[in-house]
Amino acid sequence: MRFAVPVFPGSNCDVDCVKAVEEVLEQPVDLVWHTQTDLSVYDAIILPGGFSYGDYLRTGALARFSPVMEGVREAAEKGKLVVGICNGFQILLEAGLLPGAMRRNDHLQFRCDIQLLRVENARLPFTRDYREGETIRIPIAHGEGNYYCDEETLAEIKRNNQIVFRYAGENPNGSVDDIAGIVNREGNVLGMMPHPERAVHRWMGSADGVRFFTSMLKYWRESGAA
Amino acid sequence: MQPKQTTRSREPGPERIRDRKLYRELGLTDEEYERVVRCLGRLPNWTETGIYSVMWSEHCSYKNSKPLLRRFPVDGPRVLQGPGEGAGVIDIGDGQAVVFKIESHNHPSAVEPFQGAATGVGGIIRDVFSMGARPVALLNSLRFGTLDRPRVRYLFGQVVAGIAHYGNCVGIPTVGGEVCFDPRYEGNPLVNAMCVGILDHEDLQKGVASGEGNPVIYVGASTGRDGIHGATFASEELSEASEEKRPSVQVGDPFKEKLLLEACLEMVKENLLVGIQDMGAAGLTCSSAEMAAKGKVGMVLDLDRVPQREAEMTPYEMMLSESQERMLLVVEKGREEDIRRICDKWGLICAVIGRVTGDGRLRLLHKGEQVADIPVQTLTDAPVYVREGKEPGYYREFAAFDPEPELSGIDPQEALRKVLASPTVASKRWVYRQYDHMVRASTAVRPGSDAAVIVLRGTDKALAMCTDGNGRYVYLDPKRGGAIAVAEAARNVVCSGAEPLGITDCLNFGNPEKPEIYWQLAGAIDGMSEACRVLGTPVVSGNVSLYNETKGQAVLPTPVVGMVGLIQSRRHITTQDFKEEGDLIFLLGETRAELGGSELQQVITGRIAGRPPAIDLEKEKRLQDAVLEAIRRGWVSSAHDLSEGGLAVALAESCIGGGRGAEIDVRTDLSAIAFLFSESQSRVLLSASPDAAEELEHFLRERGVPFERIGRVTEGRLRVRLNGREVIDAGVGELSDVWEGAIPCAMNPSSTN
Repeated sequence: MRFAVPVFPGSNCDVDCVKAVEEVLEQPVDLVWHTQTDLSVYDAIILPGGFSYGDYLRTGALARFSPVMEGVREAAEKGKLVVGICNGFQILLEAGLLPGAMRRNDHLQFRCDIQLLRVENARLPFTRDYREGETIRIPIAHGEGNYYCDEETLAEIKRNNQIVFRYAGENPNGSVDDIAGIVNREGNVLGMMPHPERAVHRWMGSADGVRFFTSMLKYWRESGAA
Repeated sequence: MQPKQTTRSREPGPERIRDRKLYRELGLTDEEYERVVRCLGRLPNWTETGIYSVMWSEHCSYKNSKPLLRRFPVDGPRVLQGPGEGAGVIDIGDGQAVVFKIESHNHPSAVEPFQGAATGVGGIIRDVFSMGARPVALLNSLRFGTLDRPRVRYLFGQVVAGIAHYGNCVGIPTVGGEVCFDPRYEGNPLVNAMCVGILDHEDLQKGVASGEGNPVIYVGASTGRDGIHGATFASEELSEASEEKRPSVQVGDPFKEKLLLEACLEMVKENLLVGIQDMGAAGLTCSSAEMAAKGKVGMVLDLDRVPQREAEMTPYEMMLSESQERMLLVVEKGREEDIRRICDKWGLICAVIGRVTGDGRLRLLHKGEQVADIPVQTLTDAPVYVREGKEPGYYREFAAFDPEPELSGIDPQEALRKVLASPTVASKRWVYRQYDHMVRASTAVRPGSDAAVIVLRGTDKALAMCTDGNGRYVYLDPKRGGAIAVAEAARNVVCSGAEPLGITDCLNFGNPEKPEIYWQLAGAIDGMSEACRVLGTPVVSGNVSLYNETKGQAVLPTPVVGMVGLIQSRRHITTQDFKEEGDLIFLLGETRAELGGSELQQVITGRIAGRPPAIDLEKEKRLQDAVLEAIRRGWVSSAHDLSEGGLAVALAESCIGGGRGAEIDVRTDLSAIAFLFSESQSRVLLSASPDAAEELEHFLRERGVPFERIGRVTEGRLRVRLNGREVIDAGVGELSDVWEGAIPCAMNPSSTN
């Protein structure tokens, strides 16, 4: 299973994502510069965290125009797995690949912590190694993670089981319905504020992110794409 | 040849500068001005006067501190680069080295806390990557007044937000540091930022120019009128007029820094650079002069080619601007296009602005005319002042003072609550959760333990790092206080399982022209030097910040020590948290009634008096060696250095962090208050499983380390019995609430979030 990690100017979790794929899955993974448009050789794409284009204008608002997003959109349409973590989630929202928008944290401070999450949907390519309703510990680190969508959209994503992770315990940013991560209707594009790539070894404080990556590999093998 | 005056007619001419003594406004004394005239053999023009004034400022030249700094031990078998470059470099084996430095940004942060702190972080990051290193961690050491003052809350909040803004965006984890609060920092907060980087030996770079005819290349942000004379500003006392110096503070762009960082490291990997230096304090002036002086060459710069953000900038403004995120490079002739290719990739401006010459002069061209012509060595060869120190009256007065009587009557449990609620001791979670401390996915011990630990990918090794510096001890006794700062920093990394490698230091003091201040500075340096020698931790880099005064009142003399240690194996990584119920608790070291300058004294009496704790460096070394060895042998479940608040606070922190309790039962000749809150040095709190206890005790006895088994880890409550009498019995949850709640409550009394 071949992974791409697009690098925008200002991305800073790109190498962390590469390390996670290499160390957890031992699968090939490439850093892809944002000017590349053809991602057709890859089976999965991880849009990393960071501050693409300095977060100027709005988080993700400039990155969505990067040439590489053409390849990302194509991959999403073909049903390949696309993950956006933190800034990657913000970019997917700006690109319209996921519903909703992001606002500044309600307390107006950056927040970094190991956060409790509840796995709300464990039947997705990204979560099949988790148990539904399970509580896991995954780090967060963001200043704009206050997910918002209107009531209609919220009702829809609930109906379609598109809410993948919710914050358990304290909501660290004020997001609607405690949402921490969602998928698109088809279930192949996921955005989440927490960083599973920062929770893949016990010495990191949690290894609960391992199963996020193993789920993807398992799905890929079972779906016959291998 | 007399260079032409610059085109701007508003600039005063050489005679006017002399006659009206205009150089004084730029921070030069009459004697210094005369020396400039002798160096040049003529009167300097306005641009040249400005260049000398920043190069000879304390900030750039260390003219007041140099004779004292020579006392520091700077060599060691592993030192690859000592003081004098962007940062110090120490070998860590496997062809790798650790690079680190600490630097102050006190004055800018006092007038514009957000950008002042942010650009302090930006500057120290550039110091590290200009050595060719990948920055892997940030720490910061902060001092403020007390949080009951609205302006202090503003400064504290904005400094923390500024550090977060910059470090988080660049993507370097901020993993540790300290924050202390004391009224004597009220008008002049201390903001010291430290950066740690890693490099492969062959990538080590230097800020040196060489090779006549080689191009001098400017990379990064364009030059504006911001920060002009920042270095001079940093070398003055703060006053009400300082507010007017706000334009001396620059505005940072961490996004640009990230691009500059990646571009420079690509240049390093492609081996393109002859020399590289950050345009930090005194900007283009300092970087060009220092690089040329170190290479014993000259440099000619064509200022029309300097990328400019504003129209009609004068040579004076360009040379003195401290616009951020800029680097000066010297490359071999013919490699210009390679530099351009990398800069284009990262969307950065670059320009060939000059070349290396063989004449040993810094010459500046502007609009076809030569506007400055200075022998380079005279810029870096600044005057040096050996000043007289004088023992201040308070020092003798405090010799006979016994702090214990006015404290010993207090109920120990009440005292513990008060000390835990003191913002200096209280949890700093409010601070560090605003910092991304996990980016780069290498943080193994997050902020909140004695030292932070990051792992080195591809090896089993890890680095421990911390900052320390207790201004109260130094005030009461500079020599002891200086030694304690180093010893405690070393103890912190040892408690994390690391061997201390070396230090970087930031000396934050008042006006050195005052003999009492100079006495503090000299004493602190002596104490630090001695500790560095005994503990085998050379000083590889550092920074001096003097003139930290407002309205004539100096801050507490505060040398901040940044220590880095090497952990041989990840298995040795140890934290302060109690781990297992039933583990036995040991107190290593000797406890004496030492309450002078203690947290308890400050909290209860509102002032400090007496002598600080004594320190025996040989005993300290023995203790540290033994603790490290015990950790490596796998006997230690938790290790915690005893510092502010003494045993009582250490116990509470180990309980809170581990979510466990402790039962302590000890006999002592000391009063309960002295036993629990004394800040005697060279002490460590260990916990170990009962299986390991016998071997551990035997080992400590063999090593001659005094210790006592004082209790065991339990569930949920901290109970302390002294001589059979229960003096503390408190729920750990309740202590945690006090400790966790103190800073959030002080910062935001009306909110629940």
